[in-house]
Amino acid sequence: MRRKLTVGSAIFNIINYTFFGLFTIICIFPFYYILINSISDNSLVSMGRIMLYPRGIHIENYLSAFKIKNLPQAAWISLTRTVLGTLISIISASFPGYTLSKLEFWGRKFWYRFIVATMYFSAGIIPVYVTYKNLGLINNYLVYILPALVSPFNLILCKTYIESIPPSLEESAEIDGAGYLRRYTQIIFPLIKPIIATIAVFAAVGQWNSFMDTVLYTSRTRLFTLQYTLYLYLREASALAEVLKTNPEAAANIDPATLLTPTSVRFTITMLTILPILFVYPFFQKYFLKGIMIGAVKG
Amino acid sequence: MVFPKNINKKKKHSTAKEIGGKKLFLMTLPFLIATFIFSYVPLFGWSFAFFDYKAGHKLLDTNFVGLKYFLVPFSNPILRDDIVRVLRNTLVMSFLGMATSILPMIFAIFLGEISSKRYRKAVQTLTTIPHFISWVLVYSVVWSLFSINDGLVNNVLLKFGLIETPIAFLGTSKNVWITQWAYGQWKNLGWNAILYISALTSIDTELYEAAEIDGAGRFSKMLYITVPGLLPTFFVLLMLSIGNLLNNGMEQYYIFQTAMNKEYIEVLDLYVYNQGIQGNNISYATAVGMTKSIISLILLFTANWFSKLVRGDSIF
Repeated sequence: MRRKLTVGSAIFNIINYTFFGLFTIICIFPFYYILINSISDNSLVSMGRIMLYPRGIHIENYLSAFKIKNLPQAAWISLTRTVLGTLISIISASFPGYTLSKLEFWGRKFWYRFIVATMYFSAGIIPVYVTYKNLGLINNYLVYILPALVSPFNLILCKTYIESIPPSLEESAEIDGAGYLRRYTQIIFPLIKPIIATIAVFAAVGQWNSFMDTVLYTSRTRLFTLQYTLYLYLREASALAEVLKTNPEAAANIDPATLLTPTSVRFTITMLTILPILFVYPFFQKYFLKGIMIGAVKG
Repeated sequence: MVFPKNINKKKKHSTAKEIGGKKLFLMTLPFLIATFIFSYVPLFGWSFAFFDYKAGHKLLDTNFVGLKYFLVPFSNPILRDDIVRVLRNTLVMSFLGMATSILPMIFAIFLGEISSKRYRKAVQTLTTIPHFISWVLVYSVVWSLFSINDGLVNNVLLKFGLIETPIAFLGTSKNVWITQWAYGQWKNLGWNAILYISALTSIDTELYEAAEIDGAGRFSKMLYITVPGLLPTFFVLLMLSIGNLLNNGMEQYYIFQTAMNKEYIEVLDLYVYNQGIQGNNISYATAVGMTKSIISLILLFTANWFSKLVRGDSIF
């Protein structure tokens, strides 16, 4: 049913479309701007001449980036922690979620509350820091992934989902003599894949973007993540100059169009850190959206 | 003869269940231990607040000082000023967020008024992207746009002769609260609207049809059907934000913190970090953090109680 357009309505439409158009541009233009600056002629970039479209396109920056001291190591740390942290998040949400959905679990009610209660309190930055220190997690790679063992919220999501599965599906396997572990891996896990996908996507983005744990718990360069390395480059112009000095490739290269400058390095590293997110976003968008819907449902 | 046999069988069955229950418990034990270590053990660290704790010493070798570190902000004028300033920053940022927490709802309502489905989807998809970008990247984006040397905005203004010298957008103590709030909106407005967009679809379409028959126009339908339909969602989120009044996180503020804007950007969490880990005042920082945690818990339960009172439903 199409209504007749009144003047007020028409004006409202114009304003409405324009507003959303503008806001969308504000949201994505910065990414485009960084992209075109990372692939344009570096001397033009330094002069601030690249505003709307790229000029003198080249990909030298990306090739040189891999030769920058510490950067490949940082990328490796970010990548492995994302993979391992996501795997641990999946297991620590789905396996206890499964076992705690079983009525025969010894002390089920108590242990479930024991886990859920942790969502409502936090000891705070300092006590957590001291605890990690006593556990030997300071300056230890494991500090990035072990805390993923505790994810009460995701556990509740999994448990609720598993409880909605008809028990008959599992009973037939039980009669066949399959143990809990077999039933979990072969029957339950495949059935809860939709929720696992959502948890995995959020865990992966969280791991990739994680920043404060590097600030708080590490001081060794070899443990720095991509996010933290970018932060250092942004904070300290001197750090950048140092990078360029210790990079013989950059010093030997005299072509100003492709010579690394602090500005071009900044744009390039920013792009390298954003790209994985931008790449996965279109494919996983439905899971991202599902995530917030699930989050809205009470635990 | 049949009767006892049955009982026997039942008993056997229940022991099998019991063994199964123990097995399940043992298989889950590693996760329970992890929960204990990562969430409960740190609570013992609250005891630092009652001692003159120095890093590297055993707690028992240090002096028990009772509530000294909880009371010191009341007697020491420097710390008192600190606390007042940090609380002011925390509350201002939280209240700015709460006061504008209606924006995602308005965003969703107006987006719903756009008739082209493709346009709507495109806006929704693209405005959500910044939510998935880390704060460091937001910082980089802001830097690229507003930096004094090579920021886009300064470049454009200079090029068109609107300014003579570049403006130091970032190296200033002015407008810190507003700019930090604006970065947050840029990052999360589209994302926060999704919840309302989904709530929109659950409003009964018959209501709109009935209103149309009664001669309601477009704006009155928005005002009298859409808005009331979304208010419960708004209310729940508002209550949750009351529970988080003191927890505005520290990542964003840590990243944007400079010597220049520290006065206005240092929120409670950041203060605890600066005092405890940078300044090595572990006992004092723990006392502040502990007080914050307890007040937050009280706020959360108060908000929940209030929600039950008003809506007859708890928020968690």
